[in-house]
Amino acid sequence: MLQFRAKKEAVQATRRQFLIGTAATAAGLAVGYRLIAAGPAAAQAAPAAAQANPFQTYVEITPANRIVIHSSQFEMGQGSYFGIATLVMEELDGDWAQVDVIGGSGNTALFGNLAWGGAFQGTGGSTSMTSSWERYRKAGAAARAMLVAAAAKEWNAPADEITVASGVIAHGSNKRATFGELAQAAAGMPVPEDVPLKSRDKWTQIGSDTLKRYDSAGKTNGTQPYTIDLKMDGLLTAVMIHPPKFGGEVASFDAAKAKAHDGVVDVIQTPRGIAVVGKNMWAALKGRDLVTVEWNEAKAEQRGTAEIMAEYNKLADGPAKATARNDGDAAAALASADKVVEGHYEFPYLVHASIEPLNAVARIGEDGTVEVWGGHQMPDLYQAAAAQVAGTTPDKVKLHVMKTGGSFGRRAVSDADLIVESVAVAKALGPGKPVKVQWTRENDMRGGRYRPAYVHAIKAGLDKDGNIVAMHDHIVGQSIMAGSPMEAMIENGVDATSVEGASNLPYAVPNLKIDLTTTDVKIPVLWWRSVGSTHTAYVMETFVDELAAAANRDPVEFRLSMLEKHPRHAAVLRLAAEKAGWDKPLPEGRFRGVALHESFHTYVAEVVEITFNGGSDFTVDRVVCAVDCGTAINPDQIRAQMEGGIGFGLGAILQEELTLTGGVVDQENYDTYTPLRIDQMPKVEVHIVPSDEPPTGVGEPGVPPIGPAIANALRAATGKTISKLPIIKNLSA
Amino acid sequence: MVAFTLNGEAQTLDADPEMPLLWAIRDVVGLTGTKFGCGLAQCGACTVHIDGVPTRSCQTAISDIEGASITTIEGLSGKVGETVQAVWAELDVPQCGYCQSGQIMSAAALLAETPKPTDDDIDSAMSGNLCRCATYQRIRTAIHEAANRLEA
Repeated sequence: MLQFRAKKEAVQATRRQFLIGTAATAAGLAVGYRLIAAGPAAAQAAPAAAQANPFQTYVEITPANRIVIHSSQFEMGQGSYFGIATLVMEELDGDWAQVDVIGGSGNTALFGNLAWGGAFQGTGGSTSMTSSWERYRKAGAAARAMLVAAAAKEWNAPADEITVASGVIAHGSNKRATFGELAQAAAGMPVPEDVPLKSRDKWTQIGSDTLKRYDSAGKTNGTQPYTIDLKMDGLLTAVMIHPPKFGGEVASFDAAKAKAHDGVVDVIQTPRGIAVVGKNMWAALKGRDLVTVEWNEAKAEQRGTAEIMAEYNKLADGPAKATARNDGDAAAALASADKVVEGHYEFPYLVHASIEPLNAVARIGEDGTVEVWGGHQMPDLYQAAAAQVAGTTPDKVKLHVMKTGGSFGRRAVSDADLIVESVAVAKALGPGKPVKVQWTRENDMRGGRYRPAYVHAIKAGLDKDGNIVAMHDHIVGQSIMAGSPMEAMIENGVDATSVEGASNLPYAVPNLKIDLTTTDVKIPVLWWRSVGSTHTAYVMETFVDELAAAANRDPVEFRLSMLEKHPRHAAVLRLAAEKAGWDKPLPEGRFRGVALHESFHTYVAEVVEITFNGGSDFTVDRVVCAVDCGTAINPDQIRAQMEGGIGFGLGAILQEELTLTGGVVDQENYDTYTPLRIDQMPKVEVHIVPSDEPPTGVGEPGVPPIGPAIANALRAATGKTISKLPIIKNLSA
Repeated sequence: MVAFTLNGEAQTLDADPEMPLLWAIRDVVGLTGTKFGCGLAQCGACTVHIDGVPTRSCQTAISDIEGASITTIEGLSGKVGETVQAVWAELDVPQCGYCQSGQIMSAAALLAETPKPTDDDIDSAMSGNLCRCATYQRIRTAIHEAANRLEA
């Protein structure tokens, strides 16, 4: 069994030893996590590696004249490959028809995430553009300079007379070469130390509103390969039987009938359950149905969500175990406030539920090398995990980073679930037998790693003039970091991912206390698109709205009055309100709601319009979104991520909920766990704040404001705040 | 043995008659553009045309397609299909792209049947196709745009 956990009693002493093969990974995660809070400046402050030869690292140019960009960042749909290619192409002056992007891995010095100090490779926290901003422009610029130097030498011409445009290098009217023709010579040129980058006024790619993704065609004609589509000689397919309760283990199993079934190759016990290996998916599925397993559930979670939430509700009303922020004296200020408002919120577990069910392909070579294909969102960690399972060293592991059919955080998992399963099965099958472990939708939905359930108990005090003088929030729920390599990052009992979005509340509240009680539940949890902000933004933004109503103040004006020190927050709020016509009256039956939230250093305000028909019958008609993500690299992709984030968040807030009964997950498929469908999608318009600040991310920040904006519109309609999610189920309750 | 037409060509399969068409297309024939998402006809990622009708291949046993004409994303052709694909790429509809084969097969079938669909027509034809990236706004725009181009 893998042991990723630090021993709690000796975290500091053993930090260098507990890890999974590479001591750097834990330290890297540690450094990285601290720097997440530090922000985009961390990317600039990260120790600069010696300028690498771009042709051997980030920008490979093939003799066939392809520009193959090696991306440190993982592509799960959010457009990071396109963003990185845009940065390279801005400086390189290549032709987009030449461009391919592949995932790099296995070299932390090259691919470490600079937003996390560069100490380990990973994609998350909407950091891809922050990490890549300097690195990939410099790589493009260095590659261009070396191509020009090679041409100058070849043609015996001054470098400053050589032009590069659309993938063609030229001198005068008679000398022309493609990148491919000069690539070999260019790679041998001295690597420029401090290559200048283009000034903003010279940009043609960055900020272009007409530039389209280079990879759309393959996603419209079926040719874009995902992990599920991989083909290789002798590839087998395995399906998994997992313990029905979290923490359960295999006691015994009988595979005799399955092994006798046509097309079933083997039935293998892995550290995470039973794998049924077939010649194809159907054979494996048929074989799976013939396996009987006895489970040892002595250590398993036996509770259902009803019991868990009842416990959370009690805890929320009791004393907190830890404090994340403590300004002034909230208790005293509440006691002397003119008016006190209280709220109690409940959030269910949520599933990522990407349409490509989780999978990985592993192959062990005759020489003991290990290859793993999959959605490697945390490559350094996965390389170490694969090595540990295979019984080898990380340098013998080659990862192939595939584009994936979604992730939303699910492919960045500290126990490397699919890596462990696929390598364990490949190891049992023996060298030269590649195998794809393909989860079913039921495996995926019941496989854990959910957005944790949370309860918030919050109260605030207003003075006579309707100003917030005190606020106290007590958050109760599981820690994502606990039990992971990042456990050492929990400081004074506070996992920052449990409180982010509340502990950094921008509003000027003189007495503010954010408390946390972390619970012990065996349901595995994980970051889910926008992480802590999925619940903190809902609480803070609905509660502030309620306070505005209690103070008889306009919700936009009320917020702005508390944002003097936060001009970027204020600017997106003003822009969204203006574009939505906040001050204009609406027809009867229509209502507006607003919410504002910064996550991952990107500022988003959303104004929604709903039609309320009574009971739980309402439609979301329009969403106006304003976003400030610093320099806009791909404006249309920013719009796409806001549109998608809003739809993703809307489905969750309206109708997604994962429940358990007696320790067993109740939902198995999309019939009972119900993401948004097209008939529920509102019209979304996105307005981007012009900015020269360094770029920040857009994959997650569109999500947090939509829920509270909807709830605020519903409160405008009904007078009640929906404080138990999902909304539709609880609206008429 | 099941005989049918796949993307215009005669195809025979010697496989378990209960095998869903999805796995026959992907694992036996080797065409992987049709995707697995749920296995329960809930997400639409596996949508193919059976005699022109958009159908969830994960819930269609190969024993039920004897003599039928099957079209997958790889075989989508003609003015409607090609227009839909072109508009999809031009408007940058796909994000992760995984569900888009199914979306496009449903959209092409809608436009073949209803050349000028309303928003309600789109909702009823497309609500069986989940997109977890929620590219729905662009899907709607792309269908209207394809209809306009096909009309012109």
